Amino acid sequence: MTLMKSFLSAAATLALTAGVAAAEPAIIFDLGGKFDKSFNEAAFNGATKWATETGGTFKELEMQDEAQREQALRRLAESGANPVVMTGFAFGDVLAQVAPDFPNTKFAIIDMVVDAPNVKSVVFTEDQGSYLVGMMAAMASKTGTVGFIGGMDIPLIRRFGCGYAQGVLAANPAAKVVLNMTGTTPAAWNDPVKGAELAKAQKAQGADVIYAAAGGTGVGVLQTAADEGILSIGVDSNQNPMHPGQVLTSMIKRVDVAVYNAFKEGVDLVPGINVLDLKGDGVGYAMDENNAKLVTPEMLAAVEAASAKIKSGELVVHDYMSDNTCPAATF
Amino acid sequence: MGTLPKWADVVLVPLVSLALAAIISALVILSIGEDPLATLQVMVDGAIGSAYGWGYTLYYATSFIFTGLAVTVAFHAGLFNIGGEGQAQLGGLGVALVCLALPWPHWSVALLAASVGAAAFGALWAAIPAYLQAKRGSHIVITTIMFNYIASAFIVYMLVDVLRPAGQMDPATARFSEGTTLPTLNEIPGLNLIFTKAVPANVTIFVAIAACVAVWALLWRTRLGYQIRAFGKSGSAAKYAGINPTKIIMITMIISGALAGLMAINNVMGESGRLVQNSASGAGFIGIAVALMGRNHPVGVLLAAILFGFLFQGGAELGLWTHIPIELRIVVQGLVILFTGALDQMVRMMLVFVFSIGKQRAA
Repeated sequence: MTLMKSFLSAAATLALTAGVAAAEPAIIFDLGGKFDKSFNEAAFNGATKWATETGGTFKELEMQDEAQREQALRRLAESGANPVVMTGFAFGDVLAQVAPDFPNTKFAIIDMVVDAPNVKSVVFTEDQGSYLVGMMAAMASKTGTVGFIGGMDIPLIRRFGCGYAQGVLAANPAAKVVLNMTGTTPAAWNDPVKGAELAKAQKAQGADVIYAAAGGTGVGVLQTAADEGILSIGVDSNQNPMHPGQVLTSMIKRVDVAVYNAFKEGVDLVPGINVLDLKGDGVGYAMDENNAKLVTPEMLAAVEAASAKIKSGELVVHDYMSDNTCPAATF
Repeated sequence: MGTLPKWADVVLVPLVSLALAAIISALVILSIGEDPLATLQVMVDGAIGSAYGWGYTLYYATSFIFTGLAVTVAFHAGLFNIGGEGQAQLGGLGVALVCLALPWPHWSVALLAASVGAAAFGALWAAIPAYLQAKRGSHIVITTIMFNYIASAFIVYMLVDVLRPAGQMDPATARFSEGTTLPTLNEIPGLNLIFTKAVPANVTIFVAIAACVAVWALLWRTRLGYQIRAFGKSGSAAKYAGINPTKIIMITMIISGALAGLMAINNVMGESGRLVQNSASGAGFIGIAVALMGRNHPVGVLLAAILFGFLFQGGAELGLWTHIPIELRIVVQGLVILFTGALDQMVRMMLVFVFSIGKQRAA
């Protein structure tokens, strides 16, 4: 009996180590789609960077719809992928159900906190990055009115909008911020047509700089802004090159770094909450040759000063998700 | 136009349709530089190569049986119910409301109550187009399609503004309580010897099989079934024979909607344990192809549902093991539905032609 047991456990250990050795990391993209030029694409780029650097391979999965979320996650974990990385808050509830069933698999979720011993939760201080691009928007605006177009109306996106509005008012207390959300469902992450309509409507209200925090929907916002001859601000990835000279800057959220790190840590992924903030270069604003002419030295100096203050803790940007209120804007 | 022998109509037409869909799918896969045979291998392995794969295939099949039967019942009355998708989503709402209403003590009680909720909501959603058809002559194909959109928008409203728990960002209901969790096949004594890993297929599959028997008995063994079929063959003749058209349209669509709604106990209660957006995942539309392929007979529906379960699960496996992008996976699924559903008549005409040549030669 004991002999049998030790045999069995030896076999089990062997099987486990064999599984670990062969484990490749995996990533599941949210409904915005892998090539949204923003959030999911940043994640994909992080994964690709890891693959080119290490020569490793990874599994990737796009879902067809909302109902497949849990199955997608389960199947990926079942297939032996480790760690499994997922982009987007919407996986939160599902991951809380699935993670306990796969104690030997490590999971990483971006934009949401899931409390489980085998889950790493990566969140960003989007309020800080949005604050900085808000300052730039206010200083670049000639009309004194700037716009914000969010994707799905959730506290996370309001955090972007609230940080942005605070930055705008810090640079120009008389400025007006027009806020719009694309929708209330995940379809709002991938609706460039509606994004374009909202951008036109905001321009009609006088906005001449529009910040899009809306995943794939932002593609329509940036396009319309370029067509209408006003400025836009991209999000998550560096979207400056999409319309050179017409995108003021991009609020960069290093989703790519989060994915890259998770893949690099591999099966030794450290569970817990990981906050990527301005200080740790988790968020920031994009400067490159495409927007060099749009950003004046004064703007740069002001933003750098604010950035230093935020990093030192001297300036605290109000986080919408801390109390679901915003001192600078009403949603 | 000549006719086909019965065996050719029942067996050959679906097989040729499938073969055509497979050939075009293979060309699509080839054109993006993937190997069609390896792709098929992945699908077969993933969907029916293991008990685990079967657990998923049967889960999808269970949903398709319900929606396939829904289309079948309506079809026998000459009504084309395209609204299975919306009826199934509303059924999901019924399930969610029932499951969240009480702390259910045992799954069997919850299953009964949730079935009633699912069927009632699905039936209600089908009853409105039925009434418009019966009393106002609004074409049921158009109205049921429209009602899918209304259902979808209504569910979004319910999930975003009414049922979403405070503090949750995801538009979904709260998790149902433990007492509503249906046993999956790996938890049923006896079957757990076959299904050793957790699978989504659950006891609902037995409800689905029972529904097949019930629909067969209804259509071919009851007075109502006779009236439905008579009305479907010729509305005016049926009316002349004393069959009330309004009554038949209403009853048939209510049964049809209830069957589509019942699908929700499989996916909403049995699998996800909460109601999310698009919970039906297109099963309502697949039901049309299932019913057409199954020749509007419960046995055919059962077999066709398993075939589509295979395609669905196999398609999901492609996402895991190949680099075929999701858009093309949907194209392949669409091709199968197109050929088995919409282009069914084209294949039949082709076969009639082939058979008539054969006959001439023989003569």
